[in-house]
Amino acid sequence: MRNAFASEVTALAAADKRVVLLSGDIGNRLFDKLKATAPGRFLNCGVAEANMTGVAAGMALCGLRPITYTITPFVTTRCLEQIRVDICYQNVPVIIVGTGSGLSYASLGTTHHSCEDIAFLRVLPNMTVICPGDAVEVRLALRAALQHPGPVYIRLGKKGEPIVHASPPPFEIGKGIVIRPGRDVCLLSAGTILPVVMQAADRFTEKGLSAQVVSLHTVKPLDEALLAEAFRSFRIVVTIEEHSRLGGLGGSVAEWLSDHPVTAGRLCRIGTGDRFLHEAGSQDDARAYFGLTPGGIVAQTLAMMETGEAHVDRR
Amino acid sequence: MTVQHELPLAALVDKARVLRRHVVEMITAAKSGHPGGSLSAADLLAALYFGGVLRHDPARPHDPDRDRFIMSKGHAVPVLYAALAEAGYFPVEQLATLRKLNSPLQGHPSKVDFPIMEASTGSLGMGLSVGIGMAMAGKLNAKDYKVYVMLGDGESEEGQVWEAAMSAAARKLDNLVMILDFNKFQLDGSIADILDWTPVPEKWAAFGWHVIEVDGHDMADILRGFAEARTVTGKPVAFIAHTIKGAGVSFIAGNNDWHGRAPSADECAKALAELA
Ligand SMILES: Cc1ncc(C[n+]2csc(CCOP(=O)(O)OP(=O)(O)O)c2C)c(N)n1
Repeated sequence: MRNAFASEVTALAAADKRVVLLSGDIGNRLFDKLKATAPGRFLNCGVAEANMTGVAAGMALCGLRPITYTITPFVTTRCLEQIRVDICYQNVPVIIVGTGSGLSYASLGTTHHSCEDIAFLRVLPNMTVICPGDAVEVRLALRAALQHPGPVYIRLGKKGEPIVHASPPPFEIGKGIVIRPGRDVCLLSAGTILPVVMQAADRFTEKGLSAQVVSLHTVKPLDEALLAEAFRSFRIVVTIEEHSRLGGLGGSVAEWLSDHPVTAGRLCRIGTGDRFLHEAGSQDDARAYFGLTPGGIVAQTLAMMETGEAHVDRR
Repeated sequence: MTVQHELPLAALVDKARVLRRHVVEMITAAKSGHPGGSLSAADLLAALYFGGVLRHDPARPHDPDRDRFIMSKGHAVPVLYAALAEAGYFPVEQLATLRKLNSPLQGHPSKVDFPIMEASTGSLGMGLSVGIGMAMAGKLNAKDYKVYVMLGDGESEEGQVWEAAMSAAARKLDNLVMILDFNKFQLDGSIADILDWTPVPEKWAAFGWHVIEVDGHDMADILRGFAEARTVTGKPVAFIAHTIKGAGVSFIAGNNDWHGRAPSADECAKALAELA
């Protein structure tokens, strides 16, 4: 995802002189092409994320289109108040890009995990939250964000994720992409977990169930038409994200559902639990710990279908 | 873009007196506000807006070539509102609506609600970074405007100020002037008692800034300082103004009980008599 981001930002900066990339001491080599294409518009702001975020807002107030970029907790949580006041309150078009979201940096430890960032940012007025599902969506999301007149947060994984979209699908902020139609369960995926959700859909097929897969890349604003249709047509609607079950896509849909109670379907929220991960290991190990695997997704969905309740022992 | 206001020295001194009157009246009418930190900055604001320091034009408040002024210590915004009204950006009568329902003159500056504010502030320590972004945008866009950001000495206890200090010097932003309203007090008492971060000029110099120290209540000295600031190249300027919190009103000056409380009608009358 980050390579797609680097290549797309280079293309966009070449076409639009207002684009400036501010980095928090990361990705220097990754942006060599950008530096060559757009001299002076890659700025390593050092390990000073609060300042970087304020600088971006100041630039946006003067007509530039700055993008802030570093490891997710540091470009979101570390500078949350600067995002709230300088970017959202002033409603300026700064794009915040977090890399290594969710459990991407599992092996680095909890300081580098980000399973709360969607929750923090989506409650900020004026903010748009986009969680691309693969590298193709990263490019589309960045292009769309640059057309958007207000603040946007884009949540990336790291590198080498499987590509889900064989060709670029139509992409619009706030509109989910139905990747695979189905009848029995509806899987709403936000962000980096999308390839795992595709595998889970295959597992459902093996079990004789037909699963619909939607990349609900925009967590804010929610695609309300799509949600209304899903909860009308499916007995069970599952949200899946590499983020806490609190406050992310699942939390958003639960809130939406409480305002729209006249629907048939049940909501099953799959994500990380309300706890820090104290285990070392790879991203796959961390995902497995939280049941974010094809098997885990199927098991949690079936349990909800059978008992009407979420798995009691899930983490 | 031309400088609209360049008053002679005596008129500038008198303008500062008028700004102080507005501050006292506004905060009294609002029944809340921060007199101390607004009054300490009155002479500086008079010099900026009427002494030919800021390049600004009330008829074209959004001119891309204008100099920018950010009140980073946002609680002192009454003195900024007063200066802008006196300069003709909006009617002086509107000052009486400070902090009232439906008024754009909020308790802290709001860019969206009052677009002649250059930035929304109120959470301390954040304005200098926004000013750096504007100064960097000026360089990228080949504009020759300058950016002035006013900080408090209590505000300067925020870590972000020092991220910004490092960053502006590293980028050699000679189109940026940080004005420190060095009134030696913060909310709960004196800087010396709470979080003594002296030596102040030495710190800014060590961070790579060109330091100018002035008596923030001596108009000639203030103008001299700003004239020097204009000649500096290759470095941002730390304009350190030694001030007295509450300056201009005998019973408010130096008394930090007035950090954030409004005068009564009687106190207002007494203050206005002193500022007559
Ligand atoms: C981040 C933040 N913390 C605390 C406050 C509350 N507060 C308002 S003014 C103030 C003291 C500021 O002192 P200084 O910058 O020296 O201002 P002055 O004395 O000139 O009024 C404090 C703590 C705030 N507005 N923002």
